[in-house]
Amino acid sequence: MMSETKPNIPKTKHQKYLTLSGLEPLVVTPESNFINVGERTNVTGSRKFLRLIKEEKFDEALSVARDQVEGGAQILDVNMDEGMLDGKYAMVKFLNLIASEPDIARIPLMIDSSKWDIIEAGLQVAQGKCVVNSISLKEGEQEFKRQAKLVKRYGAAVIVMAFDEKGQADTYQRRIEICKRSYDILVHEIHFPAQDIIFDPNIFPVATGMDEHRLNALDFFNATKWIRENLPHANVSGGVSNVSFSFRGNNTVREAINASFLYHAIQHGMNLGIVNPTMLEVYDEIPKDLLQHVEDVLFNRRDDATQRLLDFAETVKGDKKEDATKVLEWRNEALQNRITHSLVKGIDKFIIEDVEEARLAATKPIEVIEDNLMTGMNVVGDLFGSGKMFLPQVVKSARVMKKAVAYLQPFIEAGKHGKQEFSGKILMATVKGDVHDIGKNIVSVVLGCNNYEIIDLGVMVPPEKIIETAIKENVDVIGLSGLITPSLDEMVYVSQEMEKKNLNIPLIIGGATTSRAHTSVKIAPKYNNTVVHINDASRAVTVVGNLLQKNNKIYKAQIREEYDKFRTQFLKRGKQKDYISIDDARKNKFKIDWSTSEIVKPKKLGIQIIDDFNITALEPFIDWSPFFRSWDLHGKYPDILTDEVVGTQAQELFKDAQELLKRIFDEKLLKAKAVFGLFPANTINDDDIEIVLSPQAESRDHIEDKRVTFLTLRQQLSKREGVPNLALSDFVAPKQSGVRDYMGAFCVSTGFGTAALAKQFETNHDDYNAIMIKALADRLAEAFAEYLHKEVRTKFWGYASEENLTNDDLIKESYKGIRPAPGYPACPDHLEKKTIWKLLNVEKNIGVILTDSLAMWPAASVSGYYFGQTEAKYFGLGKISEDQLKDYAKRRRISEDEARKWLNPNLAET
Amino acid sequence: MSDILEALQNRILVLDGAMGTMLQRYNFSEENFRGERFKNYPTSLKGNNDLLSLTQPQAIADIHKLYFEAGADIIETNTFSGTTIAMADYDMEDLVYELNYESAKIAKYVATEFTNRNPKKPRFVAGSIGPTNKTASMSPNVNKPEYRAITFEELRIAYKQQVEALIDGGVDVLLVETIFDTLNAKAALFAIEEVKEERQIDIPIMVSGTITDASGRTLSGQTVEAFLTSISHIPLLSVGFNCALGAEQLKPYLQRLSHETEFHTSAHPNAGLPNAFGEYDQSPKEMQTLIEAYLKDDLINIIGGCCGTNPEHIKAIADVAQNYKPRLVVGV
Repeated sequence: MMSETKPNIPKTKHQKYLTLSGLEPLVVTPESNFINVGERTNVTGSRKFLRLIKEEKFDEALSVARDQVEGGAQILDVNMDEGMLDGKYAMVKFLNLIASEPDIARIPLMIDSSKWDIIEAGLQVAQGKCVVNSISLKEGEQEFKRQAKLVKRYGAAVIVMAFDEKGQADTYQRRIEICKRSYDILVHEIHFPAQDIIFDPNIFPVATGMDEHRLNALDFFNATKWIRENLPHANVSGGVSNVSFSFRGNNTVREAINASFLYHAIQHGMNLGIVNPTMLEVYDEIPKDLLQHVEDVLFNRRDDATQRLLDFAETVKGDKKEDATKVLEWRNEALQNRITHSLVKGIDKFIIEDVEEARLAATKPIEVIEDNLMTGMNVVGDLFGSGKMFLPQVVKSARVMKKAVAYLQPFIEAGKHGKQEFSGKILMATVKGDVHDIGKNIVSVVLGCNNYEIIDLGVMVPPEKIIETAIKENVDVIGLSGLITPSLDEMVYVSQEMEKKNLNIPLIIGGATTSRAHTSVKIAPKYNNTVVHINDASRAVTVVGNLLQKNNKIYKAQIREEYDKFRTQFLKRGKQKDYISIDDARKNKFKIDWSTSEIVKPKKLGIQIIDDFNITALEPFIDWSPFFRSWDLHGKYPDILTDEVVGTQAQELFKDAQELLKRIFDEKLLKAKAVFGLFPANTINDDDIEIVLSPQAESRDHIEDKRVTFLTLRQQLSKREGVPNLALSDFVAPKQSGVRDYMGAFCVSTGFGTAALAKQFETNHDDYNAIMIKALADRLAEAFAEYLHKEVRTKFWGYASEENLTNDDLIKESYKGIRPAPGYPACPDHLEKKTIWKLLNVEKNIGVILTDSLAMWPAASVSGYYFGQTEAKYFGLGKISEDQLKDYAKRRRISEDEARKWLNPNLAET
Repeated sequence: MSDILEALQNRILVLDGAMGTMLQRYNFSEENFRGERFKNYPTSLKGNNDLLSLTQPQAIADIHKLYFEAGADIIETNTFSGTTIAMADYDMEDLVYELNYESAKIAKYVATEFTNRNPKKPRFVAGSIGPTNKTASMSPNVNKPEYRAITFEELRIAYKQQVEALIDGGVDVLLVETIFDTLNAKAALFAIEEVKEERQIDIPIMVSGTITDASGRTLSGQTVEAFLTSISHIPLLSVGFNCALGAEQLKPYLQRLSHETEFHTSAHPNAGLPNAFGEYDQSPKEMQTLIEAYLKDDLINIIGGCCGTNPEHIKAIADVAQNYKPRLVVGV
């Protein structure tokens, strides 16, 4: 059976009452007061509105709508019927704009057009139950039925004009005939809910001076009464202002006519109406004599009623109200209150003048953003957080914010020597596997409004892309979003990857299922930089602002502390454990089958020194990408040379670098030295690697206790099943296996001469080359380490004598075996450098010294270990627990306090 | 009178629980999602749960079985994202008909099996029609509030395709669910009405909205009553709420809905609110107690579970539901 042919059984309890909705419902019951339809958003009725729409001033057009709602309109009539307008475009755009203004969108819409396609376009963008204004029998029954059926299917109520094939009803009889006929078709043929029908029996002007118009008001009253008594559940509406059309220019009289007509129409059963509330006197306040004259006209009580009213009108001419902008009380409040009010209410009308006032009072224009506007946005954030504002309102606040910021921008820029700068660069992404991006987009826009440059990677973004872009674009903050629960794990994964890649960028986490608890317990421990959970867009601005301010250390420490504390408390509740004991971690070590693992004995054991290396040999080993990065040019070499944005600059820089490099090579400006050693070694007690010094070894002489042991640290994060808790010691055969294994250590430096050269450049005010020489020395040191590692693999140790890798492969670390460096993720313990220095007698052999804080000097130096094991890989230690710290202090033979000092960044709070 | 309407007059009907939660247990890999047929498909397919109806049909059938065994009267087809709009994420728009058709077939096959086993308890299949991943009444771009990522017309066409396939596959009911933007739902209802008219058929429709948070509104900002008003122009089998909230948080809104509507009511809340780790840890017993409070207050005609619920929850719900009379619907 077709739904349309079903007898209509209205099922809601409001079945007999017209029920409409915007964001909130409107039920028109007999107890309801007259329902007032706002009419100012109608291009045929308001010249101002027409002008605004024609000039595409939609902002102001919206404020017309807002005025209507604030003025008490319960339904908003929107009409875009004007010859010069693209009515469909204007209707859709305006209704869409209204949809994002919750204080307007809360009331139902009346979609008003004489063109069906405009009505239909309007219906397609309104989520609530609207009123169609209007349909009629004007073009015959067939079209009437077609439209009625669609109105029903779109879920709207309908205004039916008293109009048929012959024309508009202008008598009592015609009115009731057409309404009855329309009603019967709608209710009995289309099964249109009777309560969703609103008749408009035509309000015509009175006091026109023409005899045939003398009954205009009275016929309307009577027809209204008849409809309400004879057409069950149907409603009656009308455009009230039309009645006083003859008195254009005399608002006092117009308002009195409108008020009086309305009063009596309601008495006769009109329950809705299009009324301009500002064109309406309060009925009781109409002067008695004026009222008398008006009602004589309305009820056709005297033949000379019209003339008497006209005469009287002359005496009360004048605009008493003059549509004066009513003084809004909040405008009298203190500046900050006004700014906050505008932000909270999403009102942009006064924000510029308020912001200007704030700017004049501030020392620097930026303070207006940081203080006045942020104070307001924080209120927005708090209200949103506590459910007192909802999303679309926050979005609106963001727009006011944007307007304010845009106004301030030129002033801020002027203070910055005319150079436009973003406050920071934010990468936003919805994590892999998740497609929800509404929240992320909102945060993006809100941040965008606050002068941050947004790099939005969209949805389902794999971690590699996030990290790659973050590095390439040198972003200041990374924002991850997700809605579905598996996204939580993905975010943890991304943060781990970021840690692995040594990213040093604050991370903000948001999305419906994210939480402070999850962020503090699962994400923050995985990542050394700041991780903040943000649960709403307005808060994002504050957080990002704090993260990017110059002195952000305190804030970052606060966040870290707050989250650590939160985590501790959370974990105390007992459920989730993030770390396993060091004993369990050791049980879950990376296992290598030593009975089958191929171990190559180094061709040359012991220490070797390269005193004056031919530095020119390092050129092919240079990884240029970090060089460009050190100059804030981001991109991968060699692509960066042709990069659209930085290409030209990169080429210039590269040319200068090549020139200086040539000088370095030709004039032997820098000296390269290295010391390295390969030794028999075995792991003892799980995490320590004991270096075996042969009795003949020259290295014994400078080592007093004749023992050298490397201490490694083991991952303690709870791992998924099958994933080991790694320590570097896992890559060396344990003593008890009976297998003799080997490892090495090295230190290279190309920094000798750098400082002197740099100084020389500086003296000549050549800062450019002073920095250049340091940057090149750093690159050469890395190249030297790479070069030496290759030599060790292929010659001195010789376990990879067949290796044939390009420089690219080397940069990608596709070689066998690793050369981790103390202070880096796999072995963050800087104290290990002391052991290397002792073992290799570095200072004496090549002159590289360790500072108090265990930095190497010259700076262009690299030191580390060599592990030759095929299965050895780079990893990040992550956080360790208190038990490992205690154990480590014992092994290191230092106090726990000292151990804590050195390992602090890697200590998990307990 | 349709079978399901008859059943509704006699008892509270139990809807199934979460499909996604059950699928997570399988821990399907990218390869599993792809199966042989989509081995070389150019996009990543992991996470496209609807696709599993084609590549892992047995798993889908098994989950349906588990829910029927737990006591469900109605199961939902595995078609939550079965529109060209949602499938665009996987470049699988062309598969929409097949996905819906096959999903309906699988569900109907299992349902028929159970009905045959016990004809006194007929089982039904509800064609799940999700919200898509785009909103027709909100802009994804705050700087362009008038912008819409999707139009009513696009939604109508996409929904129509899904509805036709679900009906062809044999579903007993259409379930427009997890409505966060009422305009999307109105487009779905519009499409359903068109299909009904074109095919001269009638098929019961269930509508289920989502109250997103403590504001008590849909994502698109409507109150319970405004939502109800906006979708009541079509004769519905039931109206209700699902997802986002647990049974406890949902109750006040369900009370308002139940008070306002003369359609049957439905609810399939989540197993509580997700904990900090996104896990739903409300036990079947806990949920049962909360649901029993609905039943005591005479709020419900159809009850089931959404995110985080599994057959144990549904069993607990079914066990308690059978002790109560269905909510009395005036006017039917």
